[in-house]
Amino acid sequence: MKTTRHPRSTGYAVFLAPGLLLSLLFLVVPLVMTLYYSLTAWQGIGEPAFTGLDNYTRLFQDADFWASFRNIGFVIVGIAVVPTLLGLFLAALLFDYIGKKHGDGVVGVFRSGLYLPQVIPVAVTGLMWGWILAPEGAINSVLETVGLSSLTQNWLGDPDLALWMVLAVLVWMQLGYPLVLFMSGLQRIDPELYEAASLDGATWWQRFTRITVPILRPEVYVVLVTTTIAGLKVFAQIFVLTGGGPGNSTLVPAYFAYQNFFERADVGYGSAISTTITLLVLIIAGTMLTRQAREDG
Amino acid sequence: MTMTTEPTTQSGPRKQAPAGHAAPKPHKKHSARKRGAGSYAVIAAVGIFVLAFLSPFGIILLNSFKTGADYRANGSLSLPEEWNWAVIGDVWERVEFTQKLVNSIQISLGVVLIAVVLALFNAYAIGIGRVRRRTAFLVFFLGINVLPQEGLVYPIYYLFKEMGLYDGKLGYTVLVGITYSAFGTYLLASVFASFPRELIEAASLDGAGRWTILWRIVLPMSWPTLSVMCVFFFVWSWNEFLYPLVLLISNDNQTVPLGLSVLQGQYSSDPTSLSAAALLGVIPMVVFFLIFQRSLTRGLTAGAVK
Repeated sequence: MKTTRHPRSTGYAVFLAPGLLLSLLFLVVPLVMTLYYSLTAWQGIGEPAFTGLDNYTRLFQDADFWASFRNIGFVIVGIAVVPTLLGLFLAALLFDYIGKKHGDGVVGVFRSGLYLPQVIPVAVTGLMWGWILAPEGAINSVLETVGLSSLTQNWLGDPDLALWMVLAVLVWMQLGYPLVLFMSGLQRIDPELYEAASLDGATWWQRFTRITVPILRPEVYVVLVTTTIAGLKVFAQIFVLTGGGPGNSTLVPAYFAYQNFFERADVGYGSAISTTITLLVLIIAGTMLTRQAREDG
Repeated sequence: MTMTTEPTTQSGPRKQAPAGHAAPKPHKKHSARKRGAGSYAVIAAVGIFVLAFLSPFGIILLNSFKTGADYRANGSLSLPEEWNWAVIGDVWERVEFTQKLVNSIQISLGVVLIAVVLALFNAYAIGIGRVRRRTAFLVFFLGINVLPQEGLVYPIYYLFKEMGLYDGKLGYTVLVGITYSAFGTYLLASVFASFPRELIEAASLDGAGRWTILWRIVLPMSWPTLSVMCVFFFVWSWNEFLYPLVLLISNDNQTVPLGLSVLQGQYSSDPTSLSAAALLGVIPMVVFFLIFQRSLTRGLTAGAVK
């Protein structure tokens, strides 16, 4: 095998050169620089002063940092867990029920509608929801119109509510991703399997839990891992919707790092925060990769 | 990090070939379509859910055409007293929307080009050329692909300033193109892994060089995957936030989402203008979605979520 392949594989390396060099230059160099900055005190001008692990020690004692990680837990629920569960249910409903009774046309329309938020710029989605949830925004205006003005809230300005609102917006944005992935996964299922189950008297719910969910396991896994990684990186939504506030009630690590980089000129500290996120992301992705490699044999 | 959904672009052996794909349809037609009243209730319920889900778009559409007085008097759910374009026109001019559209289109096209060309080259070497240590290279690109932008953004900002690339389309476009090429490499390499090798060997025997093989055989045959990649990279690039926030600050370079999102602060007491800004941001991608729906929902499935 080696002898037949080897002569042929010469001469291809040149195609790899530009991509590899540019990636090293534009991505790996900055990565290493951030790692180095995280070990220094630096305002972004002058020379960074090496301080060892000081930034990390400070990080683990910083209430804002822990708050940002607690909020990330919420974000992951909103971006990974809820859309996955809801997506499973809706995908099965559309595929195994509505599709069979009413055809693919109506299913396609529903699927497209639910997918649409996925292609809208996050910043614009944030702008839209920020407006809807604003004190003078659409929701409060509706409540006043129907005479429920006592229920009006400062939805994003109330520390007890803001995080829940962010979570709801995340679910809205994210639902289409698992839905489309799951519906495409369902194409794999042999229709006879459903039919046989129905003939044996299986209810829709039984088919859902015994056939649909087990078959979609690979997709569920992919969705959970990729969206958890995405959750760790969440930035734009927070930037546009709440700016991390009120207080630190919706602060997330990426935004916390941004504040330190560009608002407080505390580059060393910001680098420590972002290095921590990078490490977490790489660990999760690495775990996924090795697991997948093992499954594929 | 994202994955593919379509069996033809999947690397894993566990997915079925396209033959399995076509199977579901023909069987069913005769028997299973019993539509009881219950099925209409379900479809109505789902329909209402989808409408409610999409209602934010409807709400901004209604309110972008209202005057401030109309909004204050009638609330957000009424039809505008008259459909006036003044608010939209005003926002359009204030954000220099035409310029922003041009910027976004230029940048996204550039990003697509760079990302696809680099990915094609990388994947050609890895998937078809089977260069040595190809697994290591693949893992490298996979790792690059998941790196959080916040872990890179400050040094990039600093280096771009040093190199004169700061607040310029060129450096930014190259940066984002390279970032996406990592994902494209991973995707294409897995497609190329199952590329019919006889074709390449035959061409090789006929004396075709590596460039000819890439250009005449590999490129045409991978066009379905490439076109889907183009569509996704365009959307991703259009929707980028952190990099353009930091790296593109002047009006001449700013992209659509950034140009609009700064209005949040300025217009907080001007609900209809804010609504119009959101509407302007939504429209280009809705149009794009309607045109490329097939690629977007059937091709790879992308995180809006990087």
